[in-house]
Amino acid sequence: MTQAWLLPEFVEDILPPHARQGEALRRRLLDLFDGYGYDLVVPPLVEYLDSLLTGAARDLDLKTFKVVDGLSGRMLGVRADMTPQAARIDAHLINHEGATRLCYAGPVLRTKPAGLACREPLQVGAELFGHAGIEADLEIQELLLAALDCAGVPDARLSLGHAGLFRALAEGAGLNEERAGAMFAALRGKDVPEVEAMSADLAAPWRDAFNRLPGLYGGAEALAEARAVLPDQPAIRQALDQLDRLFAAGNAQGRASIAVDLSDLRGDGYHNGATFAAYAGGQARAVALGGRYDGAGGVFGRARPATGFSLDLRQILDCLAEPTPRGGILAPCGDDPGLRGKIAELRAAGERVVVELPGQEAHRAESGCDRKLVKSEQIWIVQ
Amino acid sequence: MTQITLALSKGRIFEETLPLLAAAGIVPSESPESSRKLIIGTNRPDVRLIIVRASDVPTYVQHGAADLGIAGKDVLIEHGGEGVYQPVDLDIAKCHMMVATQVGFDYQAAVRRGARLRVATKYVNTARLHFAGKGVHVDLIKLYGSMELAPLVGLADVIVDLVSTGGTLKANNLVAVEEIMPISSRLVVNQAALKLKHDTLQPIIEAFRGAAGA
Repeated sequence: MTQAWLLPEFVEDILPPHARQGEALRRRLLDLFDGYGYDLVVPPLVEYLDSLLTGAARDLDLKTFKVVDGLSGRMLGVRADMTPQAARIDAHLINHEGATRLCYAGPVLRTKPAGLACREPLQVGAELFGHAGIEADLEIQELLLAALDCAGVPDARLSLGHAGLFRALAEGAGLNEERAGAMFAALRGKDVPEVEAMSADLAAPWRDAFNRLPGLYGGAEALAEARAVLPDQPAIRQALDQLDRLFAAGNAQGRASIAVDLSDLRGDGYHNGATFAAYAGGQARAVALGGRYDGAGGVFGRARPATGFSLDLRQILDCLAEPTPRGGILAPCGDDPGLRGKIAELRAAGERVVVELPGQEAHRAESGCDRKLVKSEQIWIVQ
Repeated sequence: MTQITLALSKGRIFEETLPLLAAAGIVPSESPESSRKLIIGTNRPDVRLIIVRASDVPTYVQHGAADLGIAGKDVLIEHGGEGVYQPVDLDIAKCHMMVATQVGFDYQAAVRRGARLRVATKYVNTARLHFAGKGVHVDLIKLYGSMELAPLVGLADVIVDLVSTGGTLKANNLVAVEEIMPISSRLVVNQAALKLKHDTLQPIIEAFRGAAGA
């Protein structure tokens, strides 16, 4: 028995009418980014593995499909994330001294599914390089919220985090790399008992800060509480100030409800400032992720400040209502110049005109047409 | 109204969770021991319980089929804890993850001379991590139950299993030689639900935390 029709697990087609819906959304998003001055780049599907995995944590390495390049004998990776590609382009090819805004849209491939999602997300994202200030984070947040609005996802929520908080605490408490890694993993799972066990021998302010961090999530009250319970230290104060600004601006934009989660840490390991996670439509996974990752271009020759976000178009499609059928006009097959002219005219006006091939009359319903072109008193009319 | 689904297993975990549920003002409308229903309502129209196998609880919560769950630390380590938060140690269903051998087997000597041990267990991740941490080579044999039999019939040198009273070990002429970790049950929370259903979930989490700490 052959199973030539079988796709690998967690790999799927996008069929009509969703494929069209997704493509239309992709175009609208790229137009939105264009309106903010983001230039489209199209990076390759495969690169040398070293370029894809620069500075990334083990998570991205394990997620990346690897093949040997028949031409060079070197190891290639199929991109699992387009962000490092955008960073490479900014650092090595575009070479602007000032801010560079780039956007992209394309498939990425992951060895393991995230939750129950397809292993080939359609990543659409925007990255802003060359500005370290909060204004760049604010612009990215605004664009992310505008993108959710443009997609029309229901029940959009944006959760803000800050990778600088954990870094400041780990440094202040003097955790070595191994302990910091273990603490990172425990905080990421909000594993309070584990965090308490690991922080037991730290000096009081750091111990209390680590123990309280997993509980610091929610609205404005969580930010206020963070100021009261976290050590009053420049890096921490700066992180909380930034979150205050983002929280207020996000609420003012009014396109999603905004929340904070101060122990929201990511496994991709490259973030070092404010981070974003957007949820929608009751889905169990974030539909868009982003944040600041200063210095990512360093390995390509130029360390630049950077922030950005990307969303998975497939997941966005899952939260949207079923698209309404497009409908169309069924036209008979023939050489009548009047008929040909009328069909061309309708198509030019944006209509979908399907020519019924000879012998297809029995399958008319499959054409999806809701009207037809008929000849009435020598002229062709739509009925 | 935000619907909350809590996943838990029958038996000891269900019994010991009842007081915690009561603290959160939740009373199941029937007992899974007498009912064959897998979805059980409660006195609160917005809260329902689903009865699943203990080892499946993290899977239901990870994928959002349940917002909350109650799962033993043993089950969470085997699952890996990916995609779930585990904010509260409920301090219920307590026992110990132990290494056990047949009486007369010199476990410490075997470890000292660097022997390669054959380990039978249901908890392969736990066993793998434990022996790797000790620097001992092991071959793992995955079993689904009655681990105690394995050393007796020569299938394995040692077993890794949960021990609560030690009665089964004793009855089968086995002895616990090493504790891997104490085990208790955790409250696990779906990551998106904690954000999306924060207002409804937070009081329940706080009630569980308060009742567990008391």
